[in-house]
Amino acid sequence: MYTFSNRLKIGAIVAMVLGAFCLAYGFISAPGTVEEAKAIVAASHDDGHGGGHGEEASHGEGHEADYMEKSGHGAAGEHDEAHSAEHDEHVFHQLQNRPWSALYVAAFFFFMISLGVLAFYAIQRAAQAGWSPLLFRVMEGITAYIVPGGIIMFVLLVLSVLHMNHMFTWMDPEVVAHDELIQGKSGYLNPTFFLIRAAIFLGGWIAYRQYSKKLSLEQDEANDNSKFKLNFRISAAFLVFYLISESMMSWDWIMSLDPHWFSTLFGWYVFASMFVSGITVIAMVTIYLKSKGLLPEVNNSHIHDLAKFMFGISIFWTYLWFSQFMLIWYANIPEEVTYFVTRIEHYKLPFFGMLALNFIFPLLVLMNSDFKRVNWFVIMAGIIILFGHYMDVFNMVMPATVGENWYLGVPEIGGILLFGGFFVFWIFTALTKEPLTPKRNPFIEESKHFHY
Amino acid sequence: MASKVIHAVYNDDDILMHAVKKVRAEHHHIEEVYTPFPVHGLDKAMGLEDTRIAITSFMYGCLGLIVAITMMNYIMIEDWPQDIGGKPSFSYLENMPAFVPIMFELTVFFAAHLMVITFYLRSRMWPFKKAENPDKRTTDDLFLMEVGVHDNEDALKNLLLDTGAIEVTVTEKEA
Repeated sequence: MYTFSNRLKIGAIVAMVLGAFCLAYGFISAPGTVEEAKAIVAASHDDGHGGGHGEEASHGEGHEADYMEKSGHGAAGEHDEAHSAEHDEHVFHQLQNRPWSALYVAAFFFFMISLGVLAFYAIQRAAQAGWSPLLFRVMEGITAYIVPGGIIMFVLLVLSVLHMNHMFTWMDPEVVAHDELIQGKSGYLNPTFFLIRAAIFLGGWIAYRQYSKKLSLEQDEANDNSKFKLNFRISAAFLVFYLISESMMSWDWIMSLDPHWFSTLFGWYVFASMFVSGITVIAMVTIYLKSKGLLPEVNNSHIHDLAKFMFGISIFWTYLWFSQFMLIWYANIPEEVTYFVTRIEHYKLPFFGMLALNFIFPLLVLMNSDFKRVNWFVIMAGIIILFGHYMDVFNMVMPATVGENWYLGVPEIGGILLFGGFFVFWIFTALTKEPLTPKRNPFIEESKHFHY
Repeated sequence: MASKVIHAVYNDDDILMHAVKKVRAEHHHIEEVYTPFPVHGLDKAMGLEDTRIAITSFMYGCLGLIVAITMMNYIMIEDWPQDIGGKPSFSYLENMPAFVPIMFELTVFFAAHLMVITFYLRSRMWPFKKAENPDKRTTDDLFLMEVGVHDNEDALKNLLLDTGAIEVTVTEKEA
């Protein structure tokens, strides 16, 4: 049995408290009126705050085009004053969105880790994999976060529907009234159906997680393999549900932030991101527990296999990212290409930076077979990969919600600390509940002797 | 120069593995083991060095990448500049996304093919090469271990029979 070490527990709690303060500061310092927003923008430009903000000239131009595209006011250019007032209000909304987006990105990032682990777990079950049963309890511990994480996500979505923020522009009836494109999608993209879908996805994922874990524990006490077989069947069925629901979730929770834009492989792309983050966390938690003398039967080959997955799925993520990028870049259709134009113009560093972190870094660092067995090396590579995928989610969400007024500042770091601390606290608490080695999994002997 | 070797024939890969470990534990020099199929873990049991083919693979991949970049730059940018996707920039870097599939494919192509050719050459296998295995049955269902003899013929023979060899013969080997 694992006992939650005090140092880790205190660390997690401190991170949560610190993160909560940072986020509270973000909410308090967000502008309350349009005038305050103007003052903030003016101040930040005087700072010469560089990053991905581009040059002044292209900045105004690009923003105008972006704005017109977004609200569908093609004729607004003729009424300069009205336009400038609307522009100010737009910036005001973006600045108000900033702490919300910081909260949303971090909440989604840690939620998607546990969802990725759940998918990995279901695949191991459905494939009746022989190498991984020793890691099942670790995976079950990490997926425990899907319950509180999912509830937090749902609450955030409900708050968005209640107009506490302006992240999802299509939720605003004013915007929809002037926007034919969103009107055309409103049969699917309306607040009620949106929440119903979210409830179905979350309900399905949580139900599978709880039921599969229950069967997994019952199998330890059983005299036959019936629980194991049932678990195999529900896992295969769950994967069908998961692939559909995950894809729709990514349209709903992320793609709809840019309600005019669409990409058919977006679901896969988000899946690759959560899958690689999830596997990375499995490797990191396993190595941590092993360093505490727990999981004595987990050997180098298990770590090697997890690191191979980290490497392979990083390449897979790049493949999907590039497939999405290249088709849009090549075709150069205005309504599609705005997505990348805004990112390359205003998010140059995070956009290309995360590509380097998520592709070039794991490609070069994890290519060597021997390095995949060096535990501290896997941990270090894992931290970079996780940061890279946080930036990936950041790039998916921020351009739509805060536009060019992005920072990686106090609220964003606060979000990471708050949810990171909570994530660690929750999963390690869950890990203390059950013995870390399954007793009667039919493949447990194979897993113990796993040797590559 | 001819040297004396013992050929011990086995009919099971598990027995062979145990035999290899035992012979090595007694500090005899195993010159070669011939098997009808790859035996997992045999290289480690024999104490062979790790293969370096992965390093060559990396180098060949880099070569393929360079060939692809040079080739596409010459064809599409220099020799006959092309307007790619309505973006007539005529710059390799700005048109790079269009060339990524080719860069990827040639990287894989070079790495894979040159690695196979390297493997064959390093294993000294080429067309019309005379087979090296001393007993034809090692291509069918038997395993053969070749151990060098240094004035310890009888002891070695007994040891090999003990490990489960079904045939033990002493022969002269042309070096």
